[in-house]
Amino acid sequence: MLSYAIFSGITLGGMYALVAMGLTLQYGVSRIMNLAYGELVIVASFIAFVFMTSFGINPILGLLIIIPLSFVLNWAIYRILLTPLVARAKNRGMLEVDSILATFGLLFIVQGVLLVWFGGNYYSYDFMNNAVDVFGAVIAANRLVALGFAVVIGLGFYLILTRTRIGTALRAVAVDPTSARLVAIDVNFASCFAFALGGAVAAVGGVLVSMFLTFSTSMGVVFTMKALIVVIMGGVGNLLGALVAGLILGVAESLVATYIDPGLTIAVTYVIFLLVLLVKPSGLFGRATS
Amino acid sequence: MEISAKLRFATIAAATTALMSSATLFGANAQETYRIGYAVSKTGPGAPGAATSTIPNYEMWVKEVNDAGGLKVGDKQLPIEVVEYDDRSSSEEAVRAVERLINQDKVDFILSPWGTGINLAVAPILDRAGYAHLAGTAVTDKAPQLAKRWKNSYWLLGTGEQYAVEMAEFLKGLKDAGKINDKVAMIAVADGFGIELSKAGRAALEDRDFDLVYDKTYPLGSQDLATIVNDIKSLGADTFVAFSYPPGTLGLTEQSRVLGFNPKVFYAGVGTAFPLYKDRFGADAEGVVSLGGASENDPKIADYIKRHIAFAGREPDRWASIVNWASLQSLHQAIERAGSTDREAVNAELAKGGFDTILGTYKPGDQNFWQVGQWQDGKFVGVAPTSMEGAHELVFPKPAWKAAN
Repeated sequence: MLSYAIFSGITLGGMYALVAMGLTLQYGVSRIMNLAYGELVIVASFIAFVFMTSFGINPILGLLIIIPLSFVLNWAIYRILLTPLVARAKNRGMLEVDSILATFGLLFIVQGVLLVWFGGNYYSYDFMNNAVDVFGAVIAANRLVALGFAVVIGLGFYLILTRTRIGTALRAVAVDPTSARLVAIDVNFASCFAFALGGAVAAVGGVLVSMFLTFSTSMGVVFTMKALIVVIMGGVGNLLGALVAGLILGVAESLVATYIDPGLTIAVTYVIFLLVLLVKPSGLFGRATS
Repeated sequence: MEISAKLRFATIAAATTALMSSATLFGANAQETYRIGYAVSKTGPGAPGAATSTIPNYEMWVKEVNDAGGLKVGDKQLPIEVVEYDDRSSSEEAVRAVERLINQDKVDFILSPWGTGINLAVAPILDRAGYAHLAGTAVTDKAPQLAKRWKNSYWLLGTGEQYAVEMAEFLKGLKDAGKINDKVAMIAVADGFGIELSKAGRAALEDRDFDLVYDKTYPLGSQDLATIVNDIKSLGADTFVAFSYPPGTLGLTEQSRVLGFNPKVFYAGVGTAFPLYKDRFGADAEGVVSLGGASENDPKIADYIKRHIAFAGREPDRWASIVNWASLQSLHQAIERAGSTDREAVNAELAKGGFDTILGTYKPGDQNFWQVGQWQDGKFVGVAPTSMEGAHELVFPKPAWKAAN
């Protein structure tokens, strides 16, 4: 019982982390508080659904098309919609407020387009739902795949950000865009790149989540909310933090559902969130700001 | 600043005057359409439910009536003009929209919104303005009292208790025949529907000497119910009952399949009777029990399903859609019988009943539809009340899941 609760919690947490990691890039580096984030996750879910049901392309292969596509789409969103806001913002606070308003509008545009194309119905398809035995716990294969992606993306990006030149540049922009300019970092490019990268990670999340969750055009906000909690809890801009925070929430929910009451799973999420904020306001892996 | 504010005021004033004069102009013309309005959840959490059970039926009804030349009132036949609002799944928004339909759009009739909460919210307003309220997607234990308080309101899906009692009675039959043990595991979504049905279900099952070995709720919106299923699996219950909403219904079916939890009776909540369920689980839907059901051997029902597929590109659900359609047929016939769009006359006709619908001879509020249904050979058929004509034998025990193994 305990091993099952922990393993299903880890897969659940992997899903949370997966959905949150794109937002932590967009918010952490580009300083865009993207309220349309969840809608972009859902867009990828719908594309995966169409690939699977209309063309018989399995979602994992579909990623080869969906990742570059969403990278380009998010690049365009940043260049067309957000660059003017970045240019006129006098400071970070102003950019955050403006980007919240702009992406709030974007949320309704994306939702409206999805609504016209797909209607308000629930969507769901069957892929890799076979049972896999992991140390005595039976888990659906698609959830393990999602967990695998979460770990690879989380650790991979962590290493890229801390060990490579471009990663260092991205972190410099995240910490202080004005000073980053002084050491010849193209801040606009770096922000745009991070935003597009975050969008691509969101799309990976959307595709993988669509394999086991029922989704509809109006569900984006659920993902935005969950992602926001994970991002803030893990420390804004820290992918490893998002991974760890996601896993903590997943395991906590699963343990509470098994040993206390399934009705308290949402409550425990917020209790942990509050505790983290009280003890470490900048998040588990966040750097305290002066 | 000063100037721009004045300018804005002037523009608004001019626009309002223009609008008002055009409205009077319009009003002076002879009536060319009958106006029917509704506010329904096109976005927000209620949107998938509305898109399944409500919107396609309304649109199909309007199209069918207009294709046939329009609504016949007395000796005049005019097309229907629709005034539609999105209530964004919020009661406040729905109340505003319905007030607008009544006061500004001055529609002739109003069709009901989607969902229990929103129907409850708009009921007093419709009542005050004298509009009939055929609530096609509300399940509430207060249904009989509400129908008395607002005399032109009809709570078509009845009370949560009736579904729970009918289910418990049916299970008792199986227990008495020695087919299932007395252990039942029950879960419910922590929202209006789940709470009412689990409350009624708990009482009804305990009255019939069932032992509830698991009885918990889970939060609204949760689809990850694997830990619950895994807990229940080891409790030895022959019967599993979930008063769930569609995402949860699909989630727990999937997770039961993965975990190989296959009780003799598998009862899942709203969403089971949706065509989505069959599309998603294929042969594994076989034997799953839920609320609702359709007599597809009945030519009227079969024809309705065929028309719905042709119009909306998908099947209707086998519960609320059917009742909704019967209510539209009733309203249509009440208007024709009254021979006028005078709401009082139409309300009087509605109260008389005796309409010819896909549910047979029908009076809004009749509970003459299936309370318990089951997927059998790709059709969601009615199994209880067993006294109803065309009741199917239960497929028992539920066949093993196929796909996951």
